[in-house]
Amino acid sequence: MTLDNLKKGQSATVTAINASKELKNRFSSFGLVKGANVYTEEYSLAKKTMEIRINKTRIAIRASEAEKVEIA
Amino acid sequence: MATIKVALVGQPNVGKSALINSVGNARLRVGNFSGVTVKKEVVRFSREGYDFEITDLPGSYSLTDYTIEERITKHYLDDNDYDLILNVVDSTNIERNLYLTTELLALNKKLVVALNMTDEAVKEGVNIDEHQLGKILGVPCVKTSAIEKTGIDELIQALIKTYNLRENRFHLQFSEVYEQEICHIVSFLEEKKIQCKISLKALAIKLLREDKETYQRFHEEPVWVELQPIVNNGYQHLYLHYDTKDLDDIFNDEKLALAKGAVAETVQFEKQVKTTFTDKIDSLLMHKFVGLPIFLFMMWGLFQLTFEVGSIPMDWIDAFFSLLIDATKSFLGDTELASVIADGAIAGVGAVVLFLPNIFILFLGIALLETTGYMSRVAFLLDGFFHKFGLHGKSFIPLVSGFGCSVPAYMAARTLKNDRDRLLTLFIIGFMSCGARLPIYVLFVGAFFAEHHAGNLLFLIYISGALLGIIAAKVLKMTAFKGDDEPFVMEMPKYRLPSLKLLWHTVSGQALMYLKKAGTFILLASVLVWFASNYPKQPEVEQQYQVKVEQAENETAISALNNELALYKLEHSYLGVIGHASEPFFAPLGYDWRMAVALETGLAAKEVVVATLGVLYGLGEEEDESSSGLVDKIRANISLPAGISFIVFVMIYLPCLAASLVFMREAGSWKYLAYLFVFTTVTAWILSFVAFNVAQALT
Repeated sequence: MTLDNLKKGQSATVTAINASKELKNRFSSFGLVKGANVYTEEYSLAKKTMEIRINKTRIAIRASEAEKVEIA
Repeated sequence: MATIKVALVGQPNVGKSALINSVGNARLRVGNFSGVTVKKEVVRFSREGYDFEITDLPGSYSLTDYTIEERITKHYLDDNDYDLILNVVDSTNIERNLYLTTELLALNKKLVVALNMTDEAVKEGVNIDEHQLGKILGVPCVKTSAIEKTGIDELIQALIKTYNLRENRFHLQFSEVYEQEICHIVSFLEEKKIQCKISLKALAIKLLREDKETYQRFHEEPVWVELQPIVNNGYQHLYLHYDTKDLDDIFNDEKLALAKGAVAETVQFEKQVKTTFTDKIDSLLMHKFVGLPIFLFMMWGLFQLTFEVGSIPMDWIDAFFSLLIDATKSFLGDTELASVIADGAIAGVGAVVLFLPNIFILFLGIALLETTGYMSRVAFLLDGFFHKFGLHGKSFIPLVSGFGCSVPAYMAARTLKNDRDRLLTLFIIGFMSCGARLPIYVLFVGAFFAEHHAGNLLFLIYISGALLGIIAAKVLKMTAFKGDDEPFVMEMPKYRLPSLKLLWHTVSGQALMYLKKAGTFILLASVLVWFASNYPKQPEVEQQYQVKVEQAENETAISALNNELALYKLEHSYLGVIGHASEPFFAPLGYDWRMAVALETGLAAKEVVVATLGVLYGLGEEEDESSSGLVDKIRANISLPAGISFIVFVMIYLPCLAASLVFMREAGSWKYLAYLFVFTTVTAWILSFVAFNVAQALT
């Protein structure tokens, strides 16, 4: 399953990140790395954007980017 | 007195600026980093017999090339001359903040860590043992709070002590495997007696991270032949050990492990707060259905404030400059010098200063949105819609500001961190009809349509402008700004109230920069426009009119004669000549040379269009849109299709000189202004042509 499918209020563990080097670095500076625990806070109205939380960091991410994060 | 040069580095939203502002007697100098619009702030103060010069580097999550800010920070740290780095860290989110700290440690410069927001950390039950952390990282760590102004003296002591250290010990300990590879490279570099600005260990780390610039540097050197196999060997070992061939992944792993380890050993989380303050607010502001209406209401409030409250001091400023112009003229007499100073320079500068209240209030609002952390939520709420048109969630604020005035709108686009997003937004701001175009619309709508339709028509004009803008964004995105979308990954910081001092310093800095830069450009440009509309002189004609005026019988005749003269002078000025020359260009749109001149003077400022039309259609100069005389003249001289076509042209072409210059500055190059000019003029021409022909076919 990928991160964009994670329902509001649920959490999961990141198993792999299939993104470009740049985006991967960005993810990692937010703590979004393999093994991290993510929690879905909110979706926008059209479900195009989602808010997730990793530890104490909340980040907004487009569904198209969340697709690149595999979770279990 | 010795000067300690400090590079201030931290992730966004850690209270970096606030911390530095809480140091007493600090003098701030605001400038730009060369070549970009990112603000550079240097703070100077003296303490304990030392002069401090602190350069506030833009907030960066890590030392990469991801955003302009991070590029600047990385290059500054690599290439500039400074004595030590002050790393500000958010104590409440220490683990993530330490990622950056480990990268800074890898640079092997003198470093001091400020554990900021201690007050919040205490409230949230986060207990940090700063001495132990200092031992692990090998650098002094000081607890500070910008709000409660604690730890500032200790921080300064630590800076002085670190500055006076003779040698810098490299304390960062990576995992055994990584350290081993570093060691191999370092011992080779030592043998070869390589000289380098940074330490050899830092250099080795850069090599192991495949840092482009380091490679470029070594590639030219003969030593490369021997160095390459050693580095390559190191890669192979790391690949094997980490089971991946991605060196960034490997270094990130090291970084995270270090941060995690340091936190595990030095931080205690006392209580687990279930719902925080931020959670509570977010459940309302980020709500699927309520979130947007709340935001729109806040925006409405901000624009009410900006343009309603802002108009009060604007009237004063306007009155002040009119007074100044009159005073100058009466002081210097009716001379050319008086005219160029009063009508050229003072009037031009006055037009710039006039926008200051707007800019100030709007920027105060924006600064509040940004510093409280709400702006990221707005981007979240709107990104879905704007993304469809190739824009970014944050484009909303500059676009809406454009309805008031394009000048602050162009400046507001700075909240967009990505170059391409910002440029695209800058290009379509002009489609949002600014306040100065309203008089033109009112005049033409009044001339051609019944009064009870006026309101609806005005609304239609504004809405169609905005729609055109969004369509233009889509078109530009598919053509000129083609390319993959920038990923949208953004932190949503905690809600925090900024200090008044920080707000003041942000807003006043922006206002000052506007005055300084736009002011100098505009001064020059206004003098040019003045020259074009006043030269060449027609002394003989003037003399003839002088005689006629003296012979005239009554006031009406005199003012008619004066108008005739003004018309003659304008028609034969350089501007008038240009108007005549451009007549063929505008003829397919149904305009005569007078409308062409009005549009051209409108490039200076939209307010001038109505005044020019007044002069050209034989009324006094003191015309405004409410005068029925001008409305009648327009109706008599301009056909309905030409009128509609004129409105369309005004909707789309360049806003005004002030806005154009601010655009150029924000876009970063005169090239973009040329593109904007061509883009808006061509679009305006085509749509006006269509409007003219459709209207003609219908009537």
